[in-house]
Amino acid sequence: MKRAVFRNRWLPYALVAPQVAITLVFFFWPALDSLRLSLYRSSPFGDRLIYVGLANFEKLFADPAYLRSGVTTFVFSFCVTFVGMAIALLLATLANAKIRGLGIYRTLLLWPYGIAPAIAGIIWLFIFHPSYGILPYLLSFVTTYQFNWFLKGWVAMVLITAAAIWKQFGYNLAFYLAGLQGVPESVLEAASVDGAGPVRRFFSMTFPLLSPVTFFLLTLNMTFAFFETFGLVHSVTQGGPGDATAILVYKAWKDGFEGLQIGLSAAQSVVLMAVVIALTAFQFRYAERKVVY
Amino acid sequence: MRRATTCSKIAPWGLALLGSVLLMGPAPALAKTDITFWHAMQGVLAERVGEIASKFNASQGDYEVKVVYKGDYPTTLTAAIAAYRAKQPPHVVQVFEVGTQTMLSSGAVYPVYQLVKDNGVTIDWNDLIGPVKSYYSSGGNLYSMAFNSSTPILYYNKDLFKKAGLPDRAPTTWAEVESDAKKVVASGAKCGFSTAWPSWVLIENMHGWHDQPFADHANGFDGLATTLKINGPFGVKMLELLARGSKEGWYTYNGRGPKAEANMSAGECGVFISSSAYIAGLTRAAEGKFGWSTGSLPHMDGFPQGNSIIGGATLWVMKGAKPEEYKGVAQFFKYLASTENQAWWAGVTGYLPISNAAVKALETSGHYQKNPNQLTAVKQMNSGKTTPNSQGIRLGNFVSIRDAIEEQLENVFAGKKTPKQGLDDAVAKSNDILKEFAALYK
Repeated sequence: MKRAVFRNRWLPYALVAPQVAITLVFFFWPALDSLRLSLYRSSPFGDRLIYVGLANFEKLFADPAYLRSGVTTFVFSFCVTFVGMAIALLLATLANAKIRGLGIYRTLLLWPYGIAPAIAGIIWLFIFHPSYGILPYLLSFVTTYQFNWFLKGWVAMVLITAAAIWKQFGYNLAFYLAGLQGVPESVLEAASVDGAGPVRRFFSMTFPLLSPVTFFLLTLNMTFAFFETFGLVHSVTQGGPGDATAILVYKAWKDGFEGLQIGLSAAQSVVLMAVVIALTAFQFRYAERKVVY
Repeated sequence: MRRATTCSKIAPWGLALLGSVLLMGPAPALAKTDITFWHAMQGVLAERVGEIASKFNASQGDYEVKVVYKGDYPTTLTAAIAAYRAKQPPHVVQVFEVGTQTMLSSGAVYPVYQLVKDNGVTIDWNDLIGPVKSYYSSGGNLYSMAFNSSTPILYYNKDLFKKAGLPDRAPTTWAEVESDAKKVVASGAKCGFSTAWPSWVLIENMHGWHDQPFADHANGFDGLATTLKINGPFGVKMLELLARGSKEGWYTYNGRGPKAEANMSAGECGVFISSSAYIAGLTRAAEGKFGWSTGSLPHMDGFPQGNSIIGGATLWVMKGAKPEEYKGVAQFFKYLASTENQAWWAGVTGYLPISNAAVKALETSGHYQKNPNQLTAVKQMNSGKTTPNSQGIRLGNFVSIRDAIEEQLENVFAGKKTPKQGLDDAVAKSNDILKEFAALYK
């Protein structure tokens, strides 16, 4: 690490001040307020505020629906992260080959990232819609099974998982492509000379060399699946059918903003905050050890 | 490292935003007093709201009603709450019927009957149609300004009926709905019967329509409700019929809210139930494609006749504004309540005319001869009997209760739970929500 030298003592502080101010106002303040509200039972208009201690948390963990939502979230995040990254790595490896029209492929593959989650949701809604979607129409030639995700939880889950993966795909691809270009060709050539086939070369050389990128993407995708998929769920399934796609962040929003149970919702965001802090800490502590920089 | 980069990308934007806020400064003083009106109407309905506000603005020189679309109903309510907590509430906000108890308990509203009295304006509340008046009154006084009210009615697709060899008439009983829907499906249609707003139509209204209690304390009108009653014999029987329909294929569940209207509009469904305000949308969607008509809600044999329950929204006045602004709000409400404007509003939207005078005006002008389907809802409400079970439903946190009900409906229609089990679970969850609400206002 190179140490930057500033002549003026205050200049570095002045330069980071806006960043610090934004972090304080937009991250710490709301976080502390959630922490405070999670200990109260609060009326929607804020005219009644009754201190209840940890009752909101007790209620939360005694609620089977909340625990189900936790399981749903982990299944969803796991699928989005691992399936999404695997596909991105595969396609990045292919797109890294020297073929004609590479620039066009790469541009097209990066496109989905430029789309807001809510819009991505609507696009997938059009594809999957039981009555006017193209996919159920095509499937109707193959099978008589009804893929009505207004009623079938697993179809709804597949739908939002696919949409989330697709949405995040361009981002993952961009980082893997950049990572692949950083893999020195001489190393791969040396491996070839030693008689390693393409698969062996990939798993023994390329993949370990990509581990910093993989690690970074793992953290980022987990966070994405946990938080940023809200728009997707909100615009497509609204947590249904039943509560099949009610992921934690959606449930926290729904209980707070539609249900107006502010204390309960604040308790949920505190739990979410703890989960993400724990996940990130865990990843940095353990996953980073296996990373070759 | 990477996170820092993303944030530094945001930072300049944040500063720019801050700068622009500072630059805007205070607005120049105007001769007219501004009245802010937040609403949740979309599409054609939003245009109509804008129209009536600008007509009011043109009709006098003292007040300027500024109409702001705030998103759907829950979003608008949430926005109003946030604004109230930040001490910058709008003067008038449109709140859907399920938010009524939340507003009544809030302590944040200026009751309309009082606003009108305080400002020397007279509106004939006694002329309001019964269901509207009872739904939004407390202790005999009207708390919010009746605006857009609707009630569910039955729609049927004439072309699909003809193809199925059915007569051109609406089914009047659930037995007829079942046999008609079966024939429609047998003739090759995708959907025999479906409804929009599942909880509102199939649970709330069906209980009111058959004079069955939805919750204790007269559905929450005689005090805070604590227990839902929907898992009684009627509720179970109703849901058993629908669960069987879903299994046999003559009833199709097409999602929450107004989602299922897409299927009816596409000409897929034989029989359909939705809000009377859907008339405008269906008229546009079906034009030149298929014929349709309407009828009263179907009745289940062996149960008494009640009445259908209204939905829609009313206008609430928020506390915290200046007296001269409230004067303007009172004037605006007086303008809205005039027979002429009421009749116009009902005529162009498909909502119920909410005063008897407006009903009469629409009758005498020949509006109903030209638009017979708009009369269906009026006739339905006049033919029913308004009882404590059908005057309306007033529950704390009703939005969450609707969610709890719809969640279980989905489980039942998917065959994951029996009707009785689903209703029991919905009741248990709802009672918990009601308990939480009661704990706030004890």
